Amino acid sequence: MSRCLFLILLLPLFWLSGCDTAADRTTIIQFWAMGQEGERVQALLPEFERRHPGLRVRVQSLPWSAAHEKLLTAYAGNALPDLFQLGNTWIPEFVALRAIAPLDEGLRTWPDPALTDYFPGILAANRLNGQTYALPWYVDTRLFFYRTDLLAAAGFTKPPATWDEWLRAMQTLKNLGGGERYAILLPINEWQLPVILALQYGATLLRDRDQYGDFQNPRFREAFVFYLGLFKQGLAPPVSNNQMANLYQEFANGAFAIYVSGPWNIGEFGRRLPATMQGQWNTAPLPTLPADALAPAGKNSSLNTEVGLSLAGGASLAISRTSPHQEAVWKLLNFLAEPEQQVRFYQFTGDLPARQSAWADPALTNNRYAQAFREQLRRVQATPPIPEWERIAQRIAYYAELAIRKQLSVDEALATLNQDVDRILEKRRWLIGQGMITP
Amino acid sequence: MMRYEWRIALSGWIFLAPALLLITVFFFLPVIAALLLSFTDFDIYALGDLHRLRFIGFNNYLQLLQSPLFWTALGNTFYFVIIGGPLSVAVSLSAALLINSRLIHCPSLFRTLLFLPVVTTLVAVAVVWRYLYHPHYGLLNYGLSLLSVGPIDWLGDPDWAMPALILMAVWKNFGFNMIIFIAGLQNIPVTLYEAARIDGADAWRQFRHITLPLLGPTFLLVALITVIGYFQVFAEPYIMTQGGPTNSTLSIVLLMYEEGFRWWNMGYASAVAFVLFTLILVATALQLRLRQRSD
Repeated sequence: MSRCLFLILLLPLFWLSGCDTAADRTTIIQFWAMGQEGERVQALLPEFERRHPGLRVRVQSLPWSAAHEKLLTAYAGNALPDLFQLGNTWIPEFVALRAIAPLDEGLRTWPDPALTDYFPGILAANRLNGQTYALPWYVDTRLFFYRTDLLAAAGFTKPPATWDEWLRAMQTLKNLGGGERYAILLPINEWQLPVILALQYGATLLRDRDQYGDFQNPRFREAFVFYLGLFKQGLAPPVSNNQMANLYQEFANGAFAIYVSGPWNIGEFGRRLPATMQGQWNTAPLPTLPADALAPAGKNSSLNTEVGLSLAGGASLAISRTSPHQEAVWKLLNFLAEPEQQVRFYQFTGDLPARQSAWADPALTNNRYAQAFREQLRRVQATPPIPEWERIAQRIAYYAELAIRKQLSVDEALATLNQDVDRILEKRRWLIGQGMITP
Repeated sequence: MMRYEWRIALSGWIFLAPALLLITVFFFLPVIAALLLSFTDFDIYALGDLHRLRFIGFNNYLQLLQSPLFWTALGNTFYFVIIGGPLSVAVSLSAALLINSRLIHCPSLFRTLLFLPVVTTLVAVAVVWRYLYHPHYGLLNYGLSLLSVGPIDWLGDPDWAMPALILMAVWKNFGFNMIIFIAGLQNIPVTLYEAARIDGADAWRQFRHITLPLLGPTFLLVALITVIGYFQVFAEPYIMTQGGPTNSTLSIVLLMYEEGFRWWNMGYASAVAFVLFTLILVATALQLRLRQRSD
């Protein structure tokens, strides 16, 4: 009896070793992707495996909430997959770790217009020190989701295009709501909006080759004061996003009329808002700061000034430096970057394609909510490309929250923010001083 | 004779060896490594290239002591321990007394019911409690509104977030201590109570002079377990509030987790861990000392 049990316990081992011998003939590419992308990308892969009979892709799906830690731990344990998805603000970190392979040499084999097909602001977020380290997979930026009916009732048939219009619209919305309504929802634990406003004001956030915080700069201060003003005037409720039990319900109730969010909410709004609410909402690019409000150096815009600046977000694909299957991985990367695959991926996930030619597909041109993103994506900027950025961003949100709750004055908040950031950047200054990293 | 004793000792060591080996590899070595780590600035840069590692002596500890965030976390943790700990012990003792008394008909049923929160997954519990605490739709605020008390933003208000977490933690954990107390209560000989009743002692005096003194060792055990556990509070704020609003629920372990696994400042996080270790050591020693004195 016990011998029988022993054999049963051993069976999986035989099976596993059987797997290994089968694997000798084909190359297996390990690919890690996050959340729904990790699940839905599998639908693209049969086509890839059909084209490349010797290659098999094994996808592992990680939840977004644990992905960053898992990738770092995998790096520490020398267990990174061949190809992996990463948020594009993580790229500097993985470059500092020397975990990802530079791509420029491999990209030379691409036909020339291929790279220019990417949204320039997004591609810039994937480049560091003149080298491309990751390829944008899908893109993400923040803009307005708004209630068309409420804005129309406030006298705005078009979304606000400038800050002045935006402020006027919000005040009217607030007044019409009779105390029950806020004009806009800006979760106070998110750093994105204060940073977007500061970038629109032409603030650089960090100074001296990203070695010190630059938050007492008048431009940042002005943007920060404007942001705090939205709460002070009662246009935005001082709540964090985990206090919102059901954002979609509140939006449908008209508890707020504008929400600054990203493309994932196109699908969510479509699914979760009641049927009566469909057709009553839309997306719009961020308003611009009128040029005369900017200090002279801020007017660097040969860019399209119809649309206000937003953040270059999204996810990219990177190749592990230690991957033994570089050639095979490149095939997969090239495949996933094809415009046709980008369109199919959009159809499966709703993730917006990184390549502009993919946007010509009817699947996207027919989506009325996606058009604002296309406009916005031409006017995006990346956050400072340093590994410490995420941490600094959290400090910005934290001190903004303290200032909103009036626990600190504006100047105290900005001074302590600067101190904190200078401390976070101490190691970076030392490494630059030692010549161990080039800024 | 000597030789025989030596052989006994040897066989003892051989029997212990597997366990000792495991403890050394998986406990002592990591602890020593963490101690060494706490004297370095091990971070994301050092993870990529060990040449970027600096030995910085006690700098992590000094920086920690100067960091307002650490003091916030320390204050929050003490708040949690000092309010939550005694509250939890008091609730579990009351529940144990109730179940152990003759007032209740079906003690095993109540014991099971009151123990249920302990075995429930904390994440599931936290999700349900988040609904209870919701400022508009929450059951708790609905109850308060019946008493014409205005709505409280339990998890969103910096002043209320910690009490809200303590309430949930006490509810979640008291069952475990209750079981220990019940065992302690059942060990008290019934004859003592009978004797006391004959001498005319009322319920309060029986409790004061028989139950409490004889529960002494149980009390010490429960207090130690509770304090050690509450000093390490992590999951409640991690799931319910992520340390917010404005860090009012940031605990020491949450700070350590964020520093270590979110920002990958392993050196600094190790220093946090050793400070916490020292704190718990001191608190435990204090309790034992107090106990000895009262004995």
